[in-house]
Amino acid sequence: MLTPVDGARSRAVNEELTLALTPADVARLGELARVRLTEEELVHLAPQLDVILASVARVTEVAGADVPPTSHALPLTNVFRDDVVTESLPAEAVLAGAPSVEDGRFRVPRILTEDA
Amino acid sequence: MSALLRAGAAELAGRIATGEVSAREVTAAHLDQIAAVDDRVKAFLHVDGERALAAADAVDARRAAGEELGPLAGVPLAMKDIFTMKGAPTTCGSRILEGWVPPYNSTITDKLLAAGVVVLGKTNMDEFAMGSSTENSGFFTTHNPWDNARIPGGSGGGSAAALASFEAPLAIGTDTGGSIRQPASVTGTVGVKPTYGATSRYGVVAMASSLDTPGPCARTVLDAALLHQVIAGWDPRDATSINAPVPDVVAAARHADVKGMKIGVVREFGGEGYQPGVEQRFAEALAVLEGLGAEIVEVSCPHFDYALAAYYLIMPSEVSSNLARFDAMRYGLRVGDDGVNSVEEVMNLTRGAGFGAEAKRRIIIGTYALSSGYYDAYYGSAQKVRTLITRDFDAAFAKVDVLVSPTTPTTAFRIGERADDPLAMYKADLCTIPSNLAGNCAASIPCGLADGLPVGFQIMAPALADDRLYRVGAALERELNNRWGGGLLDQLADSESGAYLNVGGVR
Repeated sequence: MLTPVDGARSRAVNEELTLALTPADVARLGELARVRLTEEELVHLAPQLDVILASVARVTEVAGADVPPTSHALPLTNVFRDDVVTESLPAEAVLAGAPSVEDGRFRVPRILTEDA
Repeated sequence: MSALLRAGAAELAGRIATGEVSAREVTAAHLDQIAAVDDRVKAFLHVDGERALAAADAVDARRAAGEELGPLAGVPLAMKDIFTMKGAPTTCGSRILEGWVPPYNSTITDKLLAAGVVVLGKTNMDEFAMGSSTENSGFFTTHNPWDNARIPGGSGGGSAAALASFEAPLAIGTDTGGSIRQPASVTGTVGVKPTYGATSRYGVVAMASSLDTPGPCARTVLDAALLHQVIAGWDPRDATSINAPVPDVVAAARHADVKGMKIGVVREFGGEGYQPGVEQRFAEALAVLEGLGAEIVEVSCPHFDYALAAYYLIMPSEVSSNLARFDAMRYGLRVGDDGVNSVEEVMNLTRGAGFGAEAKRRIIIGTYALSSGYYDAYYGSAQKVRTLITRDFDAAFAKVDVLVSPTTPTTAFRIGERADDPLAMYKADLCTIPSNLAGNCAASIPCGLADGLPVGFQIMAPALADDRLYRVGAALERELNNRWGGGLLDQLADSESGAYLNVGGVR
C-alpha cells in the first residue's frame, strides 16, 4: 500500500515522516489525547497507523512553498453578531445529561493531586 | 398500505393536503413497515411511534382548521442520529453518548418540525460519522436492503437503508467525506451534499467542522429538492453559515433540462480500482445525458489524486480537537469515578472505554499530525493540497457547468470485507472527498445496477449552484426511469430479493 514518491525533496521528507510507530509511541499519543488504550489495542493500532501515515504523507509531493494553505472552504473571517441577550437553557435541562450532579452543579473527580 | 410506502414525499404531501389520506395513516403505515422489516435491515437506533403519531395528528388538525400546509407537511422522515432533537436520545452511533437526551434542537430539526415533517426516529451510523459501512457503529451494523449480507454505505447507512426499505420516504444525513452520497450510491437512493455553509451545523454533533455538511436524502430527485428547500438557509447560530439566498432547487428539479449544458467528466476518476460494471453504468448515463442535448467533455483535475491523503490528515486533525469535548464531565459516559482517580484518569478511562476503534485511530492520527515537528509536513501540506484541489475545481468550472464521476468506485461490498483494512475502507470516499475539501456541492443519483447492486452517478457543481445538481439529476432520473419503467427501487420492491419488504406489485 506504500505510495511511490517522486522527487528527491519529497523522498527526504517522507523518510523523515515514516519512522515506524511503536506501540509505546501510540500509547504516548493516546495519553496526550486522553484515550487509554489496552496493550492489545496498541499492538493492533501501531502497524495500522504506520500504513495510514505512510500513505497520507504523499501530500508532501505537491505541497510546494509557493502554494498558500486553505483552512476553510469559505473565505470568512471574524463573523460578528449583535450582542443581544437571549434566553439560555434552564440549568436543570443542562444538568439532566450530566454523569454526576451535586448542589445544582456538575460534580467532577478531583482536579488536584495530593502534593499540589 | 404498500401504495403509501411506495409513494414519494411529493405525492404523499399532495394526498395529505387534499385530505385523500391523513398524515396519521401515512405515519402509521411507515411505523408498521419499520416494525415488519427493521429486524432485518436495522436502519433505526431509536423509533418513537407515539411522538410521530402526535406530530402527524397535529398536521391533520392544522389541515382540518383550514390552514395551508407546507410542501412536506405530514411526510415521515428518518433522522440520522447526529442531529439533536429535544427528548429523543442522540448517540451519534457512539457508546460514549449512550442514553444522552439533548436539551435542545438542531436548527435543521427546528426547520423540519416547523414544516410539519414527521420524524419517525433516529437512524444508525458509523460512530461520530466515521466510516463507509455503519460497521463502526457502537451498536450494530445496518444491512443493505438489496442484499442483507452487504453494507448500506456510511456513515449515513441507516438513513439510506430506511429509504431503500420503504421505512421512510425522506431522510437527512451529514456529509463530511461522502457520508450522504456513498450510502445513496450503494442503496439506489438520492443523496445531496449541499454547498458547505448552505445548511446549518448548529446542533449537529461535529466531526470535522470545516467539512461537515448536512443534506437531504430521498428516493427521487424532486423529493430531495423539496427537503433541501426546507432545511437550507442562513443560520445566525452557525458562524460558518452562508448568508445568501438558497437557489431554487425545486424549480430546477421540475425543469430537468440539460440541453446546452456542458458536463465535464473527471478523467482521474476511473480505471484501476473501479469495478467494470460501475464504469459501464456510468458511461451509459453519460450517453443518456448527451442524448438529452448536453455536451460531454473530458476534464482533468490532477490534484484530485491527492484528495484522499489530504482528507485523512485534515479530517483526523479536526476530529482530535472536536472529540475532546467528550470528557466525561458534563454529559455522556463516565468511567472510573471512584473518588480516588483524578479527573485526567477518569477522562482517559472513559474515552478508552467509550470510543470505538475507528474513532481511536482518527484521534491518534490527528494528535500525531498536529504535534510539534510534524505539523508543517502533515497538516500544513494537506492544507496546501486543499488549495490545489480548489484551484482544479475553479479551472474546471470555468469550462463546464458541472463535473461528473461515479459516486464510489464499487457497488456495496460485503459486511466484514474491509473491516480490518482501514485504507481499503477509506477508498470508498475517493470520488466524494474533493467536494468536501473545496466546499462545493455534489449529489449522487442512481444510474442502474451492476451484478444486481445499485450504482451511483455523482454530479458536482460550483458553490451556491446547488440548483444545477437537481437540474442534471432530475433529467437523468426521468430518462432512466422512462427506460426502466419506474425508479430503480421499484426494481427492488418488485423483485424476489425484495419480497421481504412486502411492497411488491402495487405499481
